[in-house]
Amino acid sequence: MKLDIVGKKYWYFLLSLIIIIPGIISLLLFGLNLSIEFTGGSRLTFVSSKEVSQNQISALKSVFEQNQIKVASIEKSGNSVFVRSGPVDEKQDLVITAEIKNKVGDFKQESYETVGPTIGGETLRNAIYALVIASVLIVIYITWSFRSVPKPTSSFRFGVCAIIALIHDVLVLLGIFSIFGHFFGVEIDSLFVTAVLTVIGFSVHDTIVVFDRIRENLKRVGGENFAEVVNDSILQTLDRSLNTSLTVVLVLVSLLIFGGETIRWFVAALLIGVVSGTYSSIFNASPLLVIWQEILQRRIKK
Amino acid sequence: MRKNPRYLFWLIIGLTILAVFINLPKVSNVHFANRTFNFDSNSILAALKINKVLMFREGLDLKGGTSLVLRADMKNIASDQRSNALNSAKTVIENRVNLFGVSEPLVQTSIANSDYRIIVEIPGVTDVNQIRTLIGTTAQLTFWEEVASSSAKIDSPDVINVGGVYFKKTNLTGSDLKQTSVGFSQNTGKPEVELLFTSEGAKKFAEITKRNVGKILAIALDRNFISTPKVNQEITSDRAVIEGNFTSDEANQLSTQLNAGALPVPLVILSSSIIEPTLGSSSLAKSLFAGVLGFIIIVIFMTILYKKLGLIASLALTLYALFVLAIFKLSSITPYGITLTLSGIAGFILSIGMAVDANILIFERMKEELRQGKSHETAIELGFTRAWTSIRDSTISTLITSFVLYAFGTGMVKGFALVLAIGVLVSMFSAIVVTRTFLRLIYK
Repeated sequence: MKLDIVGKKYWYFLLSLIIIIPGIISLLLFGLNLSIEFTGGSRLTFVSSKEVSQNQISALKSVFEQNQIKVASIEKSGNSVFVRSGPVDEKQDLVITAEIKNKVGDFKQESYETVGPTIGGETLRNAIYALVIASVLIVIYITWSFRSVPKPTSSFRFGVCAIIALIHDVLVLLGIFSIFGHFFGVEIDSLFVTAVLTVIGFSVHDTIVVFDRIRENLKRVGGENFAEVVNDSILQTLDRSLNTSLTVVLVLVSLLIFGGETIRWFVAALLIGVVSGTYSSIFNASPLLVIWQEILQRRIKK
Repeated sequence: MRKNPRYLFWLIIGLTILAVFINLPKVSNVHFANRTFNFDSNSILAALKINKVLMFREGLDLKGGTSLVLRADMKNIASDQRSNALNSAKTVIENRVNLFGVSEPLVQTSIANSDYRIIVEIPGVTDVNQIRTLIGTTAQLTFWEEVASSSAKIDSPDVINVGGVYFKKTNLTGSDLKQTSVGFSQNTGKPEVELLFTSEGAKKFAEITKRNVGKILAIALDRNFISTPKVNQEITSDRAVIEGNFTSDEANQLSTQLNAGALPVPLVILSSSIIEPTLGSSSLAKSLFAGVLGFIIIVIFMTILYKKLGLIASLALTLYALFVLAIFKLSSITPYGITLTLSGIAGFILSIGMAVDANILIFERMKEELRQGKSHETAIELGFTRAWTSIRDSTISTLITSFVLYAFGTGMVKGFALVLAIGVLVSMFSAIVVTRTFLRLIYK
């Protein structure tokens, strides 16, 4: 009895959609909870000698508003108040700190971080550029590296399918983090961008291993029974795919549990991406090659 | 590609010893067999007269500190003078950062979208007010004349006492200076710094030099003396030169410092972030612990899955980790020092995953060949050749991603990309050369 992955391909696509669609809905409704690194803005921390009262928080907020600065959020924890706001430059910061001392109470500014809107937009733009350019280069590389696959398939299709699997993984990650951002306040920062880019690398890496096997088998038996060759290739590389992913997942889980607060969401993003990357290379990328082939053949018959 | 595995084996052993040597921390006063040993890999550098220190350079997220991106406001500076002005502003910031007395501050310039920027990283300093002093004032270049101690008002802010000699501030300032440049003396051929004054400045300078012939006219940037030339004669033209036993570097540096006064640029903070050092060091310890744990998990997992082969792969992985760490440490003495950040460490751990994958690919392939009844030796060779194409293609696509990330990324992303690229390259070496050599020796 041989597992028939290619034959049940629509079920696997359905599973992908079940995960991706809520994410896309969340992306459309709530968007991404971008950190000030991308939107521009400031993060300020004030510390009081006493427990901070609710009245003081409202007073703090009005100080910002009187200075024409939009406050995104104010949170307190014991004696500290954390403010996220629109960009505050260093002169405004001095004014605000002084006014808070006068009007609200004995607060000391503990930290002041700010990112101007230009630099924030730049970081986001650079990340998107990097994503698009890396994808295009990878399609070009795969098209070139798989140029020897026999007809009727073409190497270009391998490149495109690898990128579709990659987009799948990015959508899974963005969707889940959009939901996380809305419900748990998880921010998209440059570490998250790093995670997305790593997942892209891993996704393509994983897809290539399966594709490499398809290429090898096609050369041996020819492209007559394409669906069967693809299914065999997936099965032949299944052990490797699962073992590798399991190793990486184990390492990431140990990082998730013991790696500390600062990288927790980063590791979570990697974990989701790696699982999704393994899934998409087995259940999406290769079956897509078969669908593409079938559509072309049907057209020829007509 | 069938080389004698013995040579490769000794090459690997040699590289390993070298890597261990580089990675070893400084060891002093170790007692062994009634003798005391001192060991420091840096002593070799000292013996080779390389004036640098081998070390792991830690990023701000590990050490704690402040990072700033400053924008230089160039609207009053002629466009051909802008990059000079930027360099001068950088020098000013460097001087001010050095007053904090922290080790390894980083001050860089960058020009992005016709924005002139200075990037500052100050490890260990997290005080907002201290940071403000960095950019609070535009650089002030002032000229100071020698005065007799009896006539000087010692408590005046316009008088500085340097080793018993009193200097009084003159009315000549950076705004009287048009620009400075480095030239070469026509008499001696040595580098000298040329000053060009405005017409107003030339008048002031003539008066000052007239009453100070034979005395010192000190030049201060932010009240720190940067040059103390002696006035040889009254200078009535708008040009003056400072001679001295300068090397060209010293002359350039002085000229840049003087330009900071001549071409003052106001600086504004584009972005600033403060990383608490306690958070940094605790997350480093945690990440390292998690890394070691992850490594042990890999070793156990590989050994269960692939028995003897798994042990060999684990050995290859250990060497892999040693090599990568040695490269990180070695990079600190090159101009391309790698800074270890949290994201870099994550990149490193991920590349371990990819190194494991290369081994798994090969072993799975060997298993298949063995199942088809091939001999051990043939299975090893076939396993490697057949797995090679997918290792190659996946490595190259990861490299493509890292290069794009490096080119477009900022700070942290760049560090991650560099570590990932080094990681996958070494991982390919570890899987293809190290694992294969060990396997060949064992099954020979």
